[in-house]
Amino acid sequence: MAQMERDYLSNFPTLSLPAAFSQPIYPKTMLRTLLSTIRRGPIIHQLRTPVLVSAIARPVRAFASTTTPLQEAPNDKRGEKVHFLGATSSYFVYEMKFIQNMEPIPTYRVMDQNGHVKVQQDELEVSKEMAVKIYKDMVTLNMMDLILYEAQRQGRISFYMTNYGEEAYMGSAAALQPEDVIFGQYREAGVLLYRGFTLDEFMNQCYSNEGDIGKGRQMPVHYGSKKHNFQTISSPLGTQIPQAAGAAYALKRAGRKNCVMCYFGEGAASEGDFHAALNMAATTKCPVIFFCHVTYDPYVTFFRSISRNNGFAISTPVIDQYKGDGIASRGIGYGIDTIRVDGNDVWAVYNATVAARKLAVEENRPVLIEAMTYRIGHHSTSDDSTKYRDRKEVERRELDNPITRLRKWLEVKGWWGEAEEGALRTDRKKEIMRSFNAAEKRKKPAVMELFTDVYDKLPPNLVEQQRELNELMEKYPEHYSTEAYAKGK
Amino acid sequence: MRLATTLFTSALRAASRNSSVASIAGRIVGQQAQSRAYVSSSSPPPAEGFMPGVMTSKLIKRTAEEALRNPELANTGAANGETRKMNLFQAVNDAMAIALATDETAVIFGEDVAFGGVFRCTTGLAETFGRDRVFNTPLTEQGIAGFGIGMASVGHTAIAEIQFADYIFPAFDQIVNEAAKYRYRSGGIFNVGGLTLRSPCSAVGHGAHYHSQSPEAYFAHTPGIKVVIPRGPIQAKGLLLASIRDRNPVVFFEPKILYRSAVEQVPVGDYELPLGKAEIVKKGKDVTVVGWGSQMYVLENAIQMAEKRIPGLSCELIDLRSILPWDAETIAASVNRTGRLVVAHEAPRTQGFAAEIAAEITQRCFLRLEAPVQRVCGWDTPFPLVFEKFYMPDIIRCFEGIKKVVEY
Ligand SMILES: Cc1ncc(C[n+]2csc(CCOP(=O)(O)OP(=O)(O)O)c2C)c(N)n1
Ligand SMILES: [Mg+2]
Repeated sequence: MAQMERDYLSNFPTLSLPAAFSQPIYPKTMLRTLLSTIRRGPIIHQLRTPVLVSAIARPVRAFASTTTPLQEAPNDKRGEKVHFLGATSSYFVYEMKFIQNMEPIPTYRVMDQNGHVKVQQDELEVSKEMAVKIYKDMVTLNMMDLILYEAQRQGRISFYMTNYGEEAYMGSAAALQPEDVIFGQYREAGVLLYRGFTLDEFMNQCYSNEGDIGKGRQMPVHYGSKKHNFQTISSPLGTQIPQAAGAAYALKRAGRKNCVMCYFGEGAASEGDFHAALNMAATTKCPVIFFCHVTYDPYVTFFRSISRNNGFAISTPVIDQYKGDGIASRGIGYGIDTIRVDGNDVWAVYNATVAARKLAVEENRPVLIEAMTYRIGHHSTSDDSTKYRDRKEVERRELDNPITRLRKWLEVKGWWGEAEEGALRTDRKKEIMRSFNAAEKRKKPAVMELFTDVYDKLPPNLVEQQRELNELMEKYPEHYSTEAYAKGK
Repeated sequence: MRLATTLFTSALRAASRNSSVASIAGRIVGQQAQSRAYVSSSSPPPAEGFMPGVMTSKLIKRTAEEALRNPELANTGAANGETRKMNLFQAVNDAMAIALATDETAVIFGEDVAFGGVFRCTTGLAETFGRDRVFNTPLTEQGIAGFGIGMASVGHTAIAEIQFADYIFPAFDQIVNEAAKYRYRSGGIFNVGGLTLRSPCSAVGHGAHYHSQSPEAYFAHTPGIKVVIPRGPIQAKGLLLASIRDRNPVVFFEPKILYRSAVEQVPVGDYELPLGKAEIVKKGKDVTVVGWGSQMYVLENAIQMAEKRIPGLSCELIDLRSILPWDAETIAASVNRTGRLVVAHEAPRTQGFAAEIAAEITQRCFLRLEAPVQRVCGWDTPFPLVFEKFYMPDIIRCFEGIKKVVEY
């Protein structure tokens, strides 16, 4: 038998060769033909793909593989077993049945709404230092959002996206290593904040001034920071998801013990790129964590900051977005370890990410985390959310917000109180306003930055166009006023 | 706002009982716009930005007489004479309402369209025509385009919205490899002529890379589809109805900066304007100036400036309207008279559609040309947020282009 066939069949760990060939649907010749069409090398490891179930309940300690190795159990009570290429472990039945629903996917929690821990003591191991840092960053993020959102409404910056109600993803930032690479959508400012991106850096980006790392070319909130391993945000939805898989594959090849973290919303998960990404990550065994913020709102998927005040109103109800059991069900379909967490519970997010990171880095298994959050819409002056939501429901949910839930937990621990809270808010407000005012006063980047970075070096067409613009600016200084712009090349 | 919306929907319901649906949809949208204008004094600038030249433009038809003087409207449903004040999004809305009212198989879909769409173009249509005819799709442009192709392949009329032209690229394969080749590859037995893809395009003042692009040239390189860009409400309504009913797939780009800023007396009737035909919007004898979409207002101003500064100069301004197939004949005839051509568009210069026009006109009019064809375009860079005013083919640059061909 050809070496390739043997390699191939050795991927069926418990399946002996004669057994495989005794299956009537696999005549030797057919298998050979099939094999010869499959690419060379160690292939289809995916046949060992786990069907993750129990990892959901106890992620920290009990996330070990739940893969059921293919057993020699030819005729179990469900029917005669059959091994199709590309189907994990099937069996024949003589009753026709369409499958619509699997068991509902549970939602993992560590604390209840009052901040009381409901898991085993040893399932939440966090230091006071880390917990307080997470809390402070969540509060800072929220305060920064309030100010920049208002600034956008006043027309001082051109655009903004808030993180309202999703702040618990700070737990995922805390669970990663600084060298883990981030691919975000646009609501991940908190990850940068956690990694040490400064308030000045945020404000400079939102004001598109000369201090903006991105040279004022992109809309506000399109942050990026090499120092913080945070790839620059791009507006087209979903594009970062397959990129994250590719970056993870590269990290794996480089032998780095790091993973890639990829954030996106449930809307973006409708893009083809999402599906391509999960499938590629699974088949090529990428150390990547896909983190989906599901803004679990019974009526409105996207209806926030940018929506009301400047005419961009984007609002597709979840029921028009997808029909399955969340985004999590798709992860399972692609053979990816998957968990759904309460996205208002920072410790659930933290624990799940710690476990996911271990699977990704130690076993090269991609993971999907689905964080269910409820979007609180009353931070805007808009009354529109009442059109879509039942007021009681909103009020009930507003009591549960990731920040207040963590604060309750800290208070129960005795690690936080009124005094700390007051001091934090006063200090942060001062710092944010100082950065905000400073950023507003700074010049825009130098005009000739318009032409740089299109390529590594300016090609002749751009050299020529740059010259043309320079001449125009000299000829019509009143029309092309550069007063608001920095001097320079 | 909430009250206004409630009034709006109940008015729609009441109205649809006793009058022609199409005209009502238009009127209601008008009310909606008024209520928005009312609140806008305390609101920041509109998302689609301001287009200063439009308010005073001679290209805008402010009275019914002006609107109906257009010979292209003779013998159309516009001829009965009734017009109504509409901005561009209302005109688009009105066209779609007519399309739905006159074609049982017509449907509208896209991201967030059920409640009116980000630019309000589908406002009220779901309420009037039902949720099965005007519906939200999941967030997938390739899905939207493919779905539309499928509907059209079995004879239905699919009017799909891509939320921003910048986000049409996931659908590129469906448009370029599928829609465009559907007829040809089947030997003519199948076609997807019932497909129209609408999408807001071009600069708005603060859109940066991904809310500003003008991708018409990518599609102009694709035999089998048509590409259309209107310059104002009257044009938008007539060209969109023609696109929807045309028996070829059409990509219809709407300059989003004009959605609110361009307001005209639009004929309320059912009328179409011709695809594949340019329109001479200002006669002149020395320079032919060609553009489309919102660039038309920049060019109008540049011409004014040129005619003021260069005594005796007279420029001809042509709105290309259809990018594919394009009306080389009208442009060539004009250039044969003027001997000079300037073409302007926002998209980057290299491989922009101006390049095609320049090549074709140089071939057709070589002996008549007094100067090389001038292209005034965006630079060969991505669309930059904070440098937008330096990137744009603005009045000064278009004026300089005209001056160059005159002084050559
Ligand atoms: C390819 C593409 N299509 C459309 C848009 C316009 N758009 C911006 S945000 C958004 C909704 C995104 O929803 P989701 O992914 O759930 O993220 P959320 O904002 O809810 O966090 C849409 C449609 C886009 N940015 N990119
Ligand atoms: Mg969402």
